[in-house]
Amino acid sequence: MSSEKSNLQKILEAGHFSVSSEIGPPMSANGQFVRGHAKELAGLVDAANVTDCQTAIVRMSSVAACCLCAQEGLEPVLQMTCRDRNRIAIQSDLLGAAALGLKNLVVLSGDHQSFGNHPQAKNVFDVDSVQLLAALRDQAENSVFMSGAKTKMPAEFFLGSTANPFADPEELQLIRLEKKINAGAKFIQTQAIYNIERFGRWMEKVRARGLHERAYILAGIVVNKSQRSIEMTGIVPGMDIPEALIERMRKAEDEQAEGVSIALELIEEIRKIEGVSGLHIMAIGWETIVPTILERAGFLPRPKV
Amino acid sequence: MIIAEPKKLADVLCAVEPYRNVAVAGCGTCVTVCLAGGEKEALGVAGMIRLAAKEAGREVIVSVTNPIRQCDMEFLDSHEAELEEADCILSLACGAGVQFMAEKFPDKVVVPGVDTKFIGVNRDLGYWTEMCQGCGNCILEKTGGVCPVSRCSKSHFNGPCGGSSTGKCEIDPETECGWQLIYDRLSRINQLDRLLEVNETRDWSTSRDGGPRIVRRQDVTL
Ligand code: SF4
Ligand code: SF4
Repeated sequence: MSSEKSNLQKILEAGHFSVSSEIGPPMSANGQFVRGHAKELAGLVDAANVTDCQTAIVRMSSVAACCLCAQEGLEPVLQMTCRDRNRIAIQSDLLGAAALGLKNLVVLSGDHQSFGNHPQAKNVFDVDSVQLLAALRDQAENSVFMSGAKTKMPAEFFLGSTANPFADPEELQLIRLEKKINAGAKFIQTQAIYNIERFGRWMEKVRARGLHERAYILAGIVVNKSQRSIEMTGIVPGMDIPEALIERMRKAEDEQAEGVSIALELIEEIRKIEGVSGLHIMAIGWETIVPTILERAGFLPRPKV
Repeated sequence: MIIAEPKKLADVLCAVEPYRNVAVAGCGTCVTVCLAGGEKEALGVAGMIRLAAKEAGREVIVSVTNPIRQCDMEFLDSHEAELEEADCILSLACGAGVQFMAEKFPDKVVVPGVDTKFIGVNRDLGYWTEMCQGCGNCILEKTGGVCPVSRCSKSHFNGPCGGSSTGKCEIDPETECGWQLIYDRLSRINQLDRLLEVNETRDWSTSRDGGPRIVRRQDVTL
């Protein structure tokens, strides 16, 4: 790779336990919103994902919002779904993203448009995430586009993708994860973890396949603000929240404090699991709590690499 | 077969309202079997058009005709005489039949009476599901006979998305996850190793994306 590696890549390669977070761009052209959250997180996390129209809701473009983050000193992780763009648009946007200096990329399928605010839309899915990862690795290594046409300066990224330890069928999900890693994913961000026991069993299988040695597994954590928030998270397809945790939120006198305690306990448990290389904290709608979590979990200050 | 659904009666009545001589044309093949546009439905719609005209105090001649297939010129030819007088043909065939009817009668108004839905199967009384999108490059041999293009909501080729849960697709609890079905089938026929194969990026030019498609076969030409 000609250009310098991303901070996230350097942190992981140096063997540090990485901490990343997430920013959901606004449903508006309000750049200050992104800048504000970026300022809050800059220096506290190694990088932050900038979601690509998550839950199929129209939001400010991830490439644009990533640039705003970078301007505020926060290293962004660009997300790119296969839902909204065909191979022409994806490759074009990624050439632009690389030219703008973006270095981390997470490739994902994208939630079905029926979840979002434009259920009438046509989806694309010209390529799936395994195919896209393979194509981007090919572009970086061999300077070729998906068609085989050559490029003089390929887009190169620290390539990542996602995995859901709680989705079915389990064996097939693991096979797909392996395919993603074979296709060039260097890091994997997981779905939010609440069920530690089940995540532990999944990690056992990940280790049995040696996948943790070929890609950095970054465990996802959601911080919930209220009983309603945890209940809403619970109905997302492929999410597994033990009833006991929901019950704790229900009974809590101070729901926010309970949400933080739950997150901290989960983080504590996740750190003990062999093969987990980092943590990905999602607090969409409650971004301001992230510094507290990081402080209390002992993640600060972040290592300089 | 092609699955269609009758259009809303009000919309059909509105579409034929300007015409004084309406021919309702059922089709004897797919739409008959899926109870959307066969002879029975054609007679029913014709009756409703007459009734609506009568209530509105309009004169209208409504005839009914039923070619075996509207997607076959031979069968349209044999019904030419019956359709000659009409100034509007309400075709209850699939989209292909409606268009072929319009080609047969280039000077007549031809309107559709059904919404053409998909290539699918009948699973129960009044219950049909999609099975194929005619992608032009069938890979069912790799996926245990379950189509990833039409039965996965995201047309994934390399395994399920993270929304697959207890056999259901993330889009709604009624829809089966296509990749769960593929997995189940491959495990029953001892071909789970197929799942490790990477299905390469598709060439969609064989699908609708390549523009209107044509099949020409030397072996069946004279
Ligand atoms: S792979 Fe293509 S041709 Fe085969 S069933 Fe699916 S859509 Fe139809
Ligand atoms: S849940 Fe299954 S059928 Fe639905 S989009 Fe995901 S993989 Fe496809």
